Amino acid sequence: MKHLFFAAGVLSATVAAAETPELTVYTYDSFVSDWGPGPQIKEAFEANCGCTLNLVGVEDGAALLARLKLEGENSDADVVLGLDTNLIVAAKDTGLLAEHAVMAEYDLPVEWNDSTFVPYDWGYFAFVLNADADAPDSFEALAASDMKIVIQDPRSSTPGLGLLLWIKSVYGDRAPEIWEGLADNVLTVTKGWSEAYGLFLEGEADMVLSYTTSPAYHLIAEEDASKKAAAFDEGHYMQVEVAAKLAGSDQSDLADQFLTFMVSDAAQAILPTTNWMYPAVLPEAGLPEGFETLITPEKSLLLSAEDAAATRDEALAEWLGALSQ
Amino acid sequence: MAGRAQPVKPTLGVSAAALVAALILAALAAVALRAEPGRGLGPSDWAALKFTLTQACLSALISVALAIPLARALARRRFYGRSALIALLGAPFILPVIVAILGLLQVFGRSGWINTALEALGLPAVSIYGLHGVVLAHVFFNLPLATRLILQGWQAIPAERFRLAAQLNLSSTAMFRLIEWPMLARAMPSALATVFAICLTSFAVALSLGGGPKATTIELAIYQAFRFDFDLGRAAMLSALQIALTATAGLMALRLARGEGFGAGLDRPVQRWDGDTVAARGLDTLCIVLSALFLLLPLGAIIGAGLANLLSLPEVIFRAALTSILVAIVSTVILLLLALPMAMAIATGRGTLVELSGILGLAASPLVIGTGLFIILRPVTNPADWALPVTALVNAISALPFALRILVPNTRDEVARYGRLALSLDMAGAPFVWRVLLPRLRPQIGFAAGLAAALSMGDLGVIAFFAGPDFATLPLQTYRLMGAYKMDAAAGAALLLLILSFGAFWALDRGGRWHAEV
Repeated sequence: MKHLFFAAGVLSATVAAAETPELTVYTYDSFVSDWGPGPQIKEAFEANCGCTLNLVGVEDGAALLARLKLEGENSDADVVLGLDTNLIVAAKDTGLLAEHAVMAEYDLPVEWNDSTFVPYDWGYFAFVLNADADAPDSFEALAASDMKIVIQDPRSSTPGLGLLLWIKSVYGDRAPEIWEGLADNVLTVTKGWSEAYGLFLEGEADMVLSYTTSPAYHLIAEEDASKKAAAFDEGHYMQVEVAAKLAGSDQSDLADQFLTFMVSDAAQAILPTTNWMYPAVLPEAGLPEGFETLITPEKSLLLSAEDAAATRDEALAEWLGALSQ
Repeated sequence: MAGRAQPVKPTLGVSAAALVAALILAALAAVALRAEPGRGLGPSDWAALKFTLTQACLSALISVALAIPLARALARRRFYGRSALIALLGAPFILPVIVAILGLLQVFGRSGWINTALEALGLPAVSIYGLHGVVLAHVFFNLPLATRLILQGWQAIPAERFRLAAQLNLSSTAMFRLIEWPMLARAMPSALATVFAICLTSFAVALSLGGGPKATTIELAIYQAFRFDFDLGRAAMLSALQIALTATAGLMALRLARGEGFGAGLDRPVQRWDGDTVAARGLDTLCIVLSALFLLLPLGAIIGAGLANLLSLPEVIFRAALTSILVAIVSTVILLLLALPMAMAIATGRGTLVELSGILGLAASPLVIGTGLFIILRPVTNPADWALPVTALVNAISALPFALRILVPNTRDEVARYGRLALSLDMAGAPFVWRVLLPRLRPQIGFAAGLAAALSMGDLGVIAFFAGPDFATLPLQTYRLMGAYKMDAAAGAALLLLILSFGAFWALDRGGRWHAEV
């Protein structure tokens, strides 16, 4: 008899499993990692959706887009989460994405009304240095100094590409000249953010390209106030991270529900201390304690998605030219 | 030779080689076929090719040039801790790249030990960033491997040769000319080609220590084609170029490395009577001490950085460690199943093509192989479900070239020595393999298996393509810790990885040594 009950239990469990809808979200690897927002986001969303949330990690933003292109219309993904503004045009051009149904009041320093992409967090690129060091206040001041910086390669890293567009949006046609001035400050270029930040923490360089929010990690998670970000008078380039729904999704409503959840209080409150970025919609409780110590740039720079796409090849060529001599 | 009866049939080995070649070429073809028309190779790609060749040639030449005196010193000296030192020297080779870079920088970096010492002495600092830094790092990785490959050549010389030389009262020079040089002429080309091929696919090391985009390698160009331009055609073309270069180097090495072995001995421990002068002793000591410092100081830095965090690592790290151990075991088994038959096929004269397919594993870009396998598997199944077997298989294939370098020379010698006897006793085939070949190859099998297990443990490889939510290896988790600002914990995880890799290497390599000699 016992066995029968057991068998019945197993059977009904499988039936229940088959009926639970599944939502597959492709995102970058650090989002799904045990130390990223993934685990908490999954728990919070599953608490109310009556569904299973599959978070699939794919290296980083650029690799994520490459994966979408590889899979094309047969992609298993319902939602892609983790592209940034520099990838928006290329992502839209695939024709794989659909318009979303999210209504939200964004707290972004720039206007946002895109019908395909939902921003869920954002940050400013900045050079991070030790709190007791003198920080330059512009790229020209940096070029004139003998400070050594570590940056990421724009060909393999999204912050690296962000720096190219930062300089391009401040200096325009003078960008090559600025890069030539910076050439002797660039200690080295790394494959990705982790390598660069690791080099900086080992004391190899005076500054590293990262985010204005990086010091908040050290302050909040390690109670260490020894890092700061250099505030540049000319403004800081932004990275806005976005999510979108796939046109081929068989869970369209659930996908919209997830996108709406991502800009809700529940998700937005998780992001600042797991993804170490600013929330796209300020949660009711405000920013976590410690964020008030961060620099707030007076000027927020962001090329439109079209300009970013049109500029990146030229900016890369200029960068290669200036640093390869 | 080809027409003669052989104690083992090459069929299995040829099939294994065909399988490996088919897998790699199919992955490459899958990427190429999926490509839309893009731009061909541009000037920046040719610049990348030039830099790649320059650094790979320099790294190979310097690694092997330094390995010769070191291997000779290790071959003719007996001292306390010798075998431990030889084992430890293997450690840099099996380190994950990023961990090794951080260890090297602790010693050679801007605020590293050497520059701190120079500063204290009032001397100007030296910079590691540039072509010399890239070569330094590659020598750090590959000197141990080159040394082991050449040392193996020394050990293949029967003790009787040295006895005879001593009886004839040959001078050190004459002994070098008559015994050691012919051995080196056989061993050097394959060591050179192996190191060259390894450095050919270098990317993160070359970029971080090269100091900027001047140090762009073909592998980075592949990355750019794939991610920045999504130009799969160019990625496939560059990958084919990489494979062609490696194959050329491999073929050249094979041609140069032909020659007869030393014949059979009685497997007595080698005893030497030369090199007893003060100068020779001094030189050997210097070689050993300097190489040990060069290789062990960065390791010390890694251990120092990780020790404090080793015990406080989160539980997920230990779970990832178990996954990595599992991958390493499966990968080692696959490797032996491929490498042993292939080595036997090569030893019985079906050389070139089998050797060539063995080299392919080194040449193929992990990014292209990963993408290719992903494209092939996806229509049939969910690639994430295949994470373990695919990772293990690709790791085995990338360890295959090393395994063949280790196994082939001795397999060839054993077949030449005992093949005819075995045939005359009518014990060709399985009995010959089980009773003669495998027991006599035990040290080489142990070394090859140890290397494969360690490499597989530390390799990030194709896991990035296939990692599902429940399948994370230790190297992947180490990178994730770094990506989450947790550099200290990452240092602890890296040390755990080093311990596991080295432990696997030590256990298998040690298990293979059946007499006191390495």
